[in-house]
Amino acid sequence: MLKGLKNLGLPASIVGLGLIASAAARAGTIEPDSLPIEDMSFAQSLTGTAGDPASGRAAFADRKKGNCLACHENADLSKELFHGDVGPSLDGVASRWEEPQLRAIVMNSKAVFGEQTVMPGFYTLKVGANVDDEHKGKTILTAQEVEDVVSYLMTLKDN
Amino acid sequence: MARITKRLGWTLSAIIVAATPALSGGPVDEQLIIDGETEIITRAPAPEGHPLDEVTSGWLYRTDETRALEADSFQNPGMLYVEQGETIWNTVDGAAGKSCASCHGDGKEFLKGIGAHYPKWDADAKRPINVELQINKCREANMQAEPYKFDAPDQRALTTFIRHQSLGEPVSIDLTSGDMQSWWEKGKETYYTRMGQLNLSCASCHEDNNGNYIRADHLSQGNVNGFPTYRLKQSEMVSLHNRFRGCIRDTRAAFPAAFSDELMALEVYVTWRGTGLGVETPSVRQ
Ligand code: HEC
Ligand code: HEC
Repeated sequence: MLKGLKNLGLPASIVGLGLIASAAARAGTIEPDSLPIEDMSFAQSLTGTAGDPASGRAAFADRKKGNCLACHENADLSKELFHGDVGPSLDGVASRWEEPQLRAIVMNSKAVFGEQTVMPGFYTLKVGANVDDEHKGKTILTAQEVEDVVSYLMTLKDN
Repeated sequence: MARITKRLGWTLSAIIVAATPALSGGPVDEQLIIDGETEIITRAPAPEGHPLDEVTSGWLYRTDETRALEADSFQNPGMLYVEQGETIWNTVDGAAGKSCASCHGDGKEFLKGIGAHYPKWDADAKRPINVELQINKCREANMQAEPYKFDAPDQRALTTFIRHQSLGEPVSIDLTSGDMQSWWEKGKETYYTRMGQLNLSCASCHEDNNGNYIRADHLSQGNVNGFPTYRLKQSEMVSLHNRFRGCIRDTRAAFPAAFSDELMALEVYVTWRGTGLGVETPSVRQ
């Protein structure tokens, strides 16, 4: 199942080309799909700026951003009502995965779990059909928001 | 080594998620009997070729309060629209000076069981039509009245009245007439197409995750036996194509026009998926 996913790296480089213009505007930012996720992990920071766990926590809960609670329980956010259970609980997730793997999961979970996963890719343009005008050509999270969310996930350790 | 343990951890959690919807509350084990007299089939063996073993009504996934509202026709706010619909049935409109009743007589008599078997192949239009389009066809051809615009209040009320006359009748559609089979195929394709920025198909939510919660929403199989449905969130009757469009919009995809080929095909396919469930119109949902 995971073998086929490596192929996804190919069209990615082409997508990346179209985005060089905007990449230049924000020097140092790795554009979506421009580098492959290999071995279920992505080690490089997308921005070179360390993630901020507090902002990541906010983006995680925000329905317009990560909306991660739609599918995941997370005891750290128990004050927020209604945690979904489409995906596994994220309690202690940093004890199960390392940072490069968490980055890969958030960027494009399909490169880690396989094409069938229902978890959206938050930093990829390999998305579904007929994206509406408001979201066309955009990623769900910005590069820095991915870094923030990943740094927040890294705080969710088993105690 | 470390990675292998981690992969295993994920696989295990994925298996738990997939295999035990009951853990997350699943559908309730209750019977829907309206006013203590009309029993509605809310679980039925799936038709041949269906990916699931059993088809279930969305009623089974709602809260105690919402389920109770539907079980009592005095409390069910959708019943007001049934009454309105009956008035419209009997009201003359259009240049021909006719009402629905002019041709069909008493609606409660004539309509019994009819609404449970749409969409139907329409030989004139050479496509399937649903109740809304049947109404428009009659309005134009027989009443010389303007067709209703999508989701006009009268369209929703009359559709609700018509479907309500099949209360409890098991949903079934005839896939052998005309080209229904190819519309079914086309609808199936749409059902499994990943769409929008969130990259989800109908199946992602309603086939793979029914019984699970997506934030506050308890996902059902997304069956259509209750439509038009009274939604508490909107305090309104909601038509089926409005619901389809809402679900598509939630994936952040552009949604097709109501009654477009794409949504009619989807209606054919999704109606088939709920074969055997009793008509609940007007169902009550959150
Ligand atoms: C629409 C559902 C959905 C949304 C939204 C979602 N996820 Fe997931 N996530 C899943 C599923 C399902 C899995 C399990 C993998 C599988 O079965 O495909 C998963 C797995 C994970 C895992 C691995 C967990 C483990 O214990 O192995 C992490 C980490 C994760 N998600 C983080 C996130 C973050 C962070 C967000 C928001 C930015 C998010 N998810 C949003 C559905 C979702
Ligand atoms: C992101 C998740 C999601 C996707 C994708 C989705 N839906 Fe839904 N749908 C819901 C939720 C949440 C509800 C309300 C709870 C319920 O009944 O499942 C719902 C309700 C419905 C209902 C009403 C069920 C009832 O008993 O009243 C129908 C019909 C439906 N969906 C059809 C579809 C179709 C067809 C598609 C694909 C075009 C689709 N849905 C895609 C989340 C989704």
